[in-house]
Amino acid sequence: MSVKAWTFVFVGGSFLLYLLIAWWSRVRDTRGFYVAGREVPAAANGMATAADWMSAASFLSMAGMVATMGYSGSVYLLGWTGGFVLLALGLAPYLRKFGHFTVPDFVGDRYDSQVARLVAVVCALLVSFLYVAAQMRGVGVVFSRFLEVDITVGVLIGMAIVFVYATLGGMRGITWTQVAQYWVLITAFLLPAFAISFKLTGQILPQLGWGGSLRPEYAGGSAVPLLERLNATLEELGFASYTAAFVGAWDMWNVFLVAASLMVGTAGLPHVIVRFYTVRTVQAARWSGFWALVFIALLYLTAPATAAFSRYLLLTTLNDRSGSELPGWFRNWERTGLILWLDDGDGKVRFSNRKDNEIFRCGRLTAVELAEIRAEHQRWLDSGGSNGTDGRAVLRARGLSGPDNDIILLATSEMAQLSGWIVALVAAGGLAAALSTASGLLLVISSSVAHDLYFRVLRPTASEKERLQVGRASIAVAVVVAGILGIYPPAFVSEVVAFAFSLAAASFFPAIVLGIFSKRVSAVPVIVGMVVGILFCGGYITLCSFLKMAPQTFGIFPYPVNPQGIGILGMVLNFGVTLVLTPFFPAPRREIQQLVDTVREPEDPIAPRQSSTVLH
Amino acid sequence: MKDTGRDVVRSGLSLVRLRKWYWRVNLIATGLLLFVWALVGFGASIFFVQPLNAFRLPGTHFPLGFWFAQQGAIVVFVGVILSYCFVMKWLDRSFFEARRQLAKQRGVEEEYER
Repeated sequence: MSVKAWTFVFVGGSFLLYLLIAWWSRVRDTRGFYVAGREVPAAANGMATAADWMSAASFLSMAGMVATMGYSGSVYLLGWTGGFVLLALGLAPYLRKFGHFTVPDFVGDRYDSQVARLVAVVCALLVSFLYVAAQMRGVGVVFSRFLEVDITVGVLIGMAIVFVYATLGGMRGITWTQVAQYWVLITAFLLPAFAISFKLTGQILPQLGWGGSLRPEYAGGSAVPLLERLNATLEELGFASYTAAFVGAWDMWNVFLVAASLMVGTAGLPHVIVRFYTVRTVQAARWSGFWALVFIALLYLTAPATAAFSRYLLLTTLNDRSGSELPGWFRNWERTGLILWLDDGDGKVRFSNRKDNEIFRCGRLTAVELAEIRAEHQRWLDSGGSNGTDGRAVLRARGLSGPDNDIILLATSEMAQLSGWIVALVAAGGLAAALSTASGLLLVISSSVAHDLYFRVLRPTASEKERLQVGRASIAVAVVVAGILGIYPPAFVSEVVAFAFSLAAASFFPAIVLGIFSKRVSAVPVIVGMVVGILFCGGYITLCSFLKMAPQTFGIFPYPVNPQGIGILGMVLNFGVTLVLTPFFPAPRREIQQLVDTVREPEDPIAPRQSSTVLH
Repeated sequence: MKDTGRDVVRSGLSLVRLRKWYWRVNLIATGLLLFVWALVGFGASIFFVQPLNAFRLPGTHFPLGFWFAQQGAIVVFVGVILSYCFVMKWLDRSFFEARRQLAKQRGVEEEYER
């Protein structure tokens, strides 16, 4: 069976499973719709959280980014796992004790202010919409690459599936489909890694294999440690060593700032925080944090291994190949423009970091621009250098050297000549990752509108039935808007996601932490802090990414600060401003201080409460 | 019949002290665990990665600093959360045992606050 046929089988089968779960988990009340009735067992909740967290980016792009960056890729490995420690220790148990439905709920009640609630709602909507656009785009892209369907059709199919299980089952449907999606994505990620590790090193566990020695037939005769061979090969070709730290723009401070920003941003993302509201007890919330990181770690401990294997395979299967011998996977991916070969005339492929490099990608070039460059390059070749232009120099000047990171995971299975069905499984896994994250985000959007805006601000007397109807309606609308964003995505998807993280780090995280750990901080300081944090981060990212300002050192750091690392600085600013302003404003009233005491107190394991002090 | 007023006052104060004790131990435990988190996540993985790279993870070919940054820190993170769960389980249990003792002293049926 061809890869395409296998893909239909796996994708179709997994989608059927999600629909069955949607039917089984349909809900009748708002508790079911927003917090899954608070009856999700801790381990299952951990799986759902892991799937919710691991988006299309984690699944498809991260291994590719680590493969290209080597040591510096650790910012993503550390950043996207470290935040869970902050969540489990500093946020989740307290928010679960608080017992409401959403993050703006906590901000609004703790700070006793509808303005604070509204600021939180705006942040939640902004973060979630930015993030969900990238997910729906990811769904469309996977469909188009594996099933050769138009991206728009792919997005529409994804939308339809999410629409069904999100409107029928709300958080309950979303949670249990996320559990299923976790198993699809982890199988899809691990299987190829096991196969490649065994093939290259003889060690079946990839997490250990990449630290071991290559089999002689892959290392030119003797068993050489993979990392040593990889470092040596990279250095020969003019690349930086894989394991060496702090090369180029990724100096020590930027590595720290970006890793820290991602960690704190993770702990501030509403769609992750809200996952801890669905368990039965406060203790279960802590254990859920543990299980979530365990299930996330299954992928994240494997990703660096996959990355190292991919980088090695990419270098060795391409270099010195003659044009006529290029492997099938190369020709397939060449059609998408994500990997290109511009020969210098000798008919042999050269993949290096020097002027003789012949491997490129199309990046944001349009098909027309690319065709022009290729035509000029052909003219240059045919005329022996007197006419036309060397396309390699053009692409290199545009920063398009090397293949696109996204294809590295997808192509690795093909590079290692694994069976077609494994490759198809990866497609189903990528879709599972994108859909699970998208549905979690859509729930946050819906609850921000239906619960935080409609119920807590506009119509506090709304009946249970009305609230459920508004909830369902808003998630339906959110799916449609997300789909539109997926078909017409914002121009700079990864910068937009970086903004979402910075926003979470600089607005939500300080507000929630101060709300739990301080009884003195009141509404006005925290609102000012949040706004300052947002403006600072938003301003820096907009200036650098969209208006081409050069990144700043602020006079403090030796190298300019990467925009992805601005979140932690915004967080510090937020904390600073809030704490400085606090003494100038009255302390919160007694009921609020008692609320904080309630949130901090343990919950009796013999008689856990299903809800808390405030009516909902 | 005991002087319930005096007993309530006496056990009320103890209850307040018990809650203060709980919160303080909670903060200390959380602080220590976050210290370990930072030590490995930022210390071994970033600030001390170059000196650590002079060593190899025993039994493998991983440069030690590099390994912490790519895999080791994540393993420690899981351990930190696991420790937190067990410590808090013990702390919660201790709190409620102490509170039951207090209630027994007062000679009244145990109340769940609020």
